[in-house]
Amino acid sequence: MAVKKFVVGVFTDEEVLFPAVKKVRSAGYKIHEVYTPMPIHGLDHALGLRETSLHTAGFIYGITGTTTALSCIGWIFNSDWPINFGGKSHFDLPAWIPITFELTVLFSAVGMVLTFCYLCQLAPFVRRHHFNLRSTDDQFTMVIECTDKTNEADVTAFLQSVGATGINTQIAETGWWLGRYDKEKVPFEQKALA
Amino acid sequence: MASLRYESQVRAPLVDGHKDYHQVTEDIVHPIEAAPTRAWWIGFIISVACLTFGIISVTHEVIYGVGQWNLNRTIGWGWDITNFVWWVGIGHAGTLISAILLLFRQGWRTGVNRAAEAMTIFAVMCAGQFPIWHMGRVWMAFFVMPYPNTRGPLWPNFNSPLLWDVFAISTYFTVSLLFWYSGLLPDLATVRDRAKLKWRKAFYGVASFGWSGSTKHWQRHEALSLVLAGLSTPLVLSVHTIVSFDFATSVIPGWHTTIFPPYFVAGAIFSGFAMVQTLLLVTRKVLKLEDYITMEHIEVMNKVIVLTGSIVGVAYLTELFISWYGQNKFEGWAFAQNRVNIFSPYGWSYYLMMGCNVLSPQIFWFRKMRRNITVTFFMSVLVNIGMWFERFVIIVTSIYRDYLPSSWSTYYAPTIWEIGFYIGTFGLFFTCYFLFSKFFPVIAIAEIKHILKKSGESYKDKMTNIEGESVEDFAHEYAHAH
Repeated sequence: MAVKKFVVGVFTDEEVLFPAVKKVRSAGYKIHEVYTPMPIHGLDHALGLRETSLHTAGFIYGITGTTTALSCIGWIFNSDWPINFGGKSHFDLPAWIPITFELTVLFSAVGMVLTFCYLCQLAPFVRRHHFNLRSTDDQFTMVIECTDKTNEADVTAFLQSVGATGINTQIAETGWWLGRYDKEKVPFEQKALA
Repeated sequence: MASLRYESQVRAPLVDGHKDYHQVTEDIVHPIEAAPTRAWWIGFIISVACLTFGIISVTHEVIYGVGQWNLNRTIGWGWDITNFVWWVGIGHAGTLISAILLLFRQGWRTGVNRAAEAMTIFAVMCAGQFPIWHMGRVWMAFFVMPYPNTRGPLWPNFNSPLLWDVFAISTYFTVSLLFWYSGLLPDLATVRDRAKLKWRKAFYGVASFGWSGSTKHWQRHEALSLVLAGLSTPLVLSVHTIVSFDFATSVIPGWHTTIFPPYFVAGAIFSGFAMVQTLLLVTRKVLKLEDYITMEHIEVMNKVIVLTGSIVGVAYLTELFISWYGQNKFEGWAFAQNRVNIFSPYGWSYYLMMGCNVLSPQIFWFRKMRRNITVTFFMSVLVNIGMWFERFVIIVTSIYRDYLPSSWSTYYAPTIWEIGFYIGTFGLFFTCYFLFSKFFPVIAIAEIKHILKKSGESYKDKMTNIEGESVEDFAHEYAHAH
């Protein structure tokens, strides 16, 4: 993963954060991420993130479950081992509804949670750089990525003007990793920006 | 600036005390970081003792066979299936609170949903024990799973309600667990980021899956919660419906009833809310969370109890009426002689059920009673006793005097191993609950923060100013806030 430089602005109130996000974006800075202790409705739109397609994935997993149940039971009762239950039809659809329903829900739920974990890269033992430990407590953290053209002092001053209470610069590895895998054996925190 | 969120003054605050975000974290995480109290240790040791008794009872049953239970050809289902249905029913309130109330946008669920969902998972774990150990040759339990095998392949009967039950309960457990744990991730991250001790940082680091709270994660998390809630809502209704099919699709008088699915679901929610009350009244007191599980929460849940209790009451009376109106001799006997006749061998259990489930909850029509903690606690225990007897009445009184008087079995009493098994599931349930309350946040921290500025006591004052404003002023400020 690339080691990059970030300017980190801390906000204490989401009502200050919202206009700040707008101003920072219209000033042309690249917001790497905003970390919040709880979901804030509308922040994703303010950041210009697109809607998630997780629902669609859930629907696809669901119908996979439906077809799995119906085709398996249908094949078992009609061709693999047709048992005569008191002369009743081998294609006994109403009696299959409960299992079909349960498998629809099961496939959809398990599939969605796995997809969620994959998309967000969440798993046990995954490590990430956390810019501000209090962003899971009571602070809202806006992280701005520095590019070649960015003037760090300008960004700091700008963040101050939009209401950030604490501002610092961090060099961090983005993304996630399992343990440390740097070939040079230098912890990423100490690695200078290339 | 106008607040981003607005809630009427008429609604009572859901978070008492003048809290800010940090105080919420402090209050809820405190029990995790503090050393366990003496009360916690006493409760935990008693639970583990009960669990041990249960393990001994089950081991005895496995070694010597199901004959160690006092079942016979007439009463084939006794305490075990009664306990199974009772525990599954208890689980239903957790899903109702976490899923159905999420879809209905009920803000008060945030105070109680985490503990209620945990209760669901533990209750379903307990419920699952009964059919599994009732199999006798438990090492062949995997035969219920459909997989290509060398026995034919021999498949389970997909038309059987007992197999539907296998799918329903295992799906219910899996989905509840996923729903609960995905909701826990942000809160475990909160504990991780505050942790000072090395082991705690490591443990919660692994448990929180590296959650960071980024906006994209939250957006997906919200979508996930909403869809899982949408899936869990029909799921929870289906589970007890399918449990009721175990009885309703049979031809036993007293079981063969079309009213069973809605009646079982209402009863499940009824007993589940009672168990939530029992647990949370103790939890809020011991963990000092009275500001988050407020009198409002208790009152609302008592309203649910009186509603579902009355639905159950209507179902009992409907059942009685139909047994007379249907003029089926055998069904008439099951109701009139086996149940309503107080001098019949199990007549007393029918009246115990009626008294606990239908009459006693009516006390909650009075606001004073709904807001009385002692009454609520007493009632919550009474309701669960009543609901246990409901299942006992349905199961045992329908079968103990069947078509053939020579096979009547009027003196069914559980053996020590049946009782031990039941006590053991209490041990399992409370051991899990004690561990949960020690190592996990019992209240959804992020969700409380989400409603804090709308429903917190200190933010309610601000609403007064907003309500005093003219519509134009409010619209103007609101437009600028965005």
